[in-house]
Amino acid sequence: MIERTPILNIVTHVILIFGLILILVPIWLAFVGATLTLQEVNSAPIELWPGDQLFVNLREAWAISDFGQKFINTLIVATGVVLGKITLACITAFALVFFNFRGRMLIFWMIFITLMLPLEVRIVPTYAVAANALTPFQTIMDWTGISWLINAVSGVEVSLEWNLLNSYTGLILPLVATATGTFLYRQFFLTIPDELVEAARMDGAGPLRFLWDVLIPLSKTNIAALATIMFVYAWNQYLWPLLVVTDRANYGMVVVQLSDLVPDQLTTGGGTPTWHLAMAATLVVMLPPILIVILMQRWFVRGLINTDK
Amino acid sequence: MAEIAIRNVTKTYGKTTIMEGVNLDIHDGEFVVILGPSGCGKSTLLRLIAGLEEITAGEIAIGGEIVNKLEPRERGCAMVFQNYALYPHMTVAENIGYALKVAGVPKAERLARVAETAKSVGLGDFLDRKPGQLSGGQRQRVAMARAIIRSPKVFLFDEPLSNLDAKLRVQMRHEIRRIHNQIKATSVFVTHDQHEGMTLADRLVVMNKGTIEQVGTPAEIYDRPASLYVAGFIGSPAMNFLPGQYDAARRAVVLEGGAVIGMPADHQAVDGQLVQLGIRPEHVSLRAPGQGMIDARLEIVEDLGAARLWNLKIEDIPFSLITEARPHIDTGTMTGIALDLRQAHLFDGVSGKRIDARTATVAARAVPAE
Repeated sequence: MIERTPILNIVTHVILIFGLILILVPIWLAFVGATLTLQEVNSAPIELWPGDQLFVNLREAWAISDFGQKFINTLIVATGVVLGKITLACITAFALVFFNFRGRMLIFWMIFITLMLPLEVRIVPTYAVAANALTPFQTIMDWTGISWLINAVSGVEVSLEWNLLNSYTGLILPLVATATGTFLYRQFFLTIPDELVEAARMDGAGPLRFLWDVLIPLSKTNIAALATIMFVYAWNQYLWPLLVVTDRANYGMVVVQLSDLVPDQLTTGGGTPTWHLAMAATLVVMLPPILIVILMQRWFVRGLINTDK
Repeated sequence: MAEIAIRNVTKTYGKTTIMEGVNLDIHDGEFVVILGPSGCGKSTLLRLIAGLEEITAGEIAIGGEIVNKLEPRERGCAMVFQNYALYPHMTVAENIGYALKVAGVPKAERLARVAETAKSVGLGDFLDRKPGQLSGGQRQRVAMARAIIRSPKVFLFDEPLSNLDAKLRVQMRHEIRRIHNQIKATSVFVTHDQHEGMTLADRLVVMNKGTIEQVGTPAEIYDRPASLYVAGFIGSPAMNFLPGQYDAARRAVVLEGGAVIGMPADHQAVDGQLVQLGIRPEHVSLRAPGQGMIDARLEIVEDLGAARLWNLKIEDIPFSLITEARPHIDTGTMTGIALDLRQAHLFDGVSGKRIDARTATVAARAVPAE
C-alpha cells in the first residue's frame, strides 16, 4: 500500500528513531564502559565518551574467563542446536504435511502446544532425563513388566543409564526439539501446490527424493531464517548450561561465563566492581550472533515474509 | 502395446461417491478426450489411471497388466498438469531431465536426450532459464517435454490448455495433435472445453456426475447425442429443446403451446409419451411471421461476424438460431421459424434418453395400425 501521508511519515519516523535510541544507548554505554579504566568506570557522573583502554580490558577479560575454550564450546553447541533443529523440524513438518496418517492433527497440536512449554518451565524433568536419558524407557519397562520378565528369566537386574550431564550431547539435545521451527516449515510446505508433489510422483521420485530434490532447495530461505534465529537462541542460552554443566573448564558456555564477570557481592567481595571487564566481555560475546544476523539478513527477511517470487 | 481397460471403476471419498461403475476401453495409440463440466469426475478418472488416487472398487489395466496396486512411476504414464507443475528452482533442462535423473540415466545420455526433446518442442534456446522467466506457452512446452522425454506408454493431460489465452490455446492444440501423430502414444486428455474435445479427439468420452454418458467419435456424438445431457453439452451455441408430447397417430410432436411438428420418420415412442424435441441453432431458419412452423418473439440479436445469432422466445422457452443472412427485424416483434426436421432429435421427456427413429420394417408394420 502506497499512500502520501506526510504527518504519519513524521510520526512513524519519530517512533522508529525513539526505538533505535532505546536499543543503541545500552550498547553504547557497554562499549564506553569497555574502554575505560577501573577508576573511570566507577566515577560519577557516568562517562559518556570512550577512553583508550579497550584492548587492555579485552585482553584481561579474555584471560580471566578463559574465553578461548568457552567460545569453541558455545560454537559447537550453537551449531549442533541449529543443525539439529533444522533437520528435525524439516522432517517433522514433512511428515505432518505430506503424509496422511492417523492422528496427524493430534500430533501437530501436541507439537504446537509445546510452544507454551519452553525449557524453563520443564527444566526439572528435563534435568532428570538428562541425568539419565534412558529413564523413560526404564519406566516403561518397569510398568509393562518387561524388566521383571528379564530379571526372572536371566537374573539380570535391568537398570538403564545414560548420563548426559557435562557433555555436548546433554547441552544440545534438550534444545533441539522445536515447535517454532516445525511450524515455520509446515506453513511453508502447505504453500507447495499439490500438482508439484504429483509431478514428482509421476517423475518417479519417492518421498525422500522429493524432500531432497524439491522441498529443501525450495525452502532455502526458510532454513536461513530458522538457522539465524536458532543460532542466536542457542548462543544466548544461560539457564540450561548453568544446570547441566558442572565441569565449567571443559564444557562451559560463554553467557554463563559472562555472568561470572558481572560484579556482585560474591565476586568482588566488597571490592571495587570491575564493570570495565564485564563490559569488554559483553562486547566479545555479542559479536558472533551479530555477525550471523548481518550475514544472513537478506535470506532471513525473505524466509520470514514467505513470498513466492 | 498400451491399451487401457477400465472395468467397473468406483471411487468414493468417505461417504461421497465420485464415480460409480465406469467402464471404458482405450485402444493403443488412440487419442481420447474426456469431456465434461467441472465436478463430473473426469479429472478423478485421469488421476485413477495415473495412480495418483487409489481405486475404491473395480480395476484398471494398462497394456494388459492390472495396475491397481502399482505406484505412478511403475505404470509408464506421463502427465501434463493444468498449472504445469514445473519445479521452480530447476532450470528448463533440469525440469525436463528430472525423471531421467531419478531413473539413474547417465548424465551424458540425459543431456543429449534433454537437448533433443527440448528442440522438438521448440525450447532449444531456453534450456538455462528458470520456469519463472518463461511465458505461459513456454512453460506449457516444458511440461510437454518433461512428459515426452520418458517415452511413456500413456500420455495423460489434465486440462493443460486452460491457463493459456485463446490464440495460444489453438496453437498448442495443434502442437499436441502433431506430437501425438509423431509418437503415437496412447493419450487421454481431460478438458471442459468442447472445442478442444471435438478437434483433438479420435474418440470423445462425455461424462456427467461420475458416469459416462456417451463414447464415440466427435461426429457421432455431435450427430447422434445419446441423451439430452450430451445434446445440450456438445455444440455451441447449445441445442434448443422444445417440450411436448408424442402423437403416434400423426407421427408428430405436439408442443406445449399447441403447435404440431410432424416428424419425417416414425420414432420408437408411444402415444402420449412426454418428449423433448431437440434442434441445433444452425438447423433453424427465419420466416415471415405466421409463415414458419412456430412463431417466436425476438429478444436479442448478436452479431458474430461470420453469422448472426438470434435469441428468441417461444412462449417462455428460450430458443436460438444462427443465420448467415442479416435481415433487419425489430427486437420484441414476432417472427416465424422453420425447423429442418431431418436434423431434429427426439429425447424422452423423463429419462432424457435418445429416442431413435424406427427401422424401416418396424415403421412398415406400424402403417396398418394408422
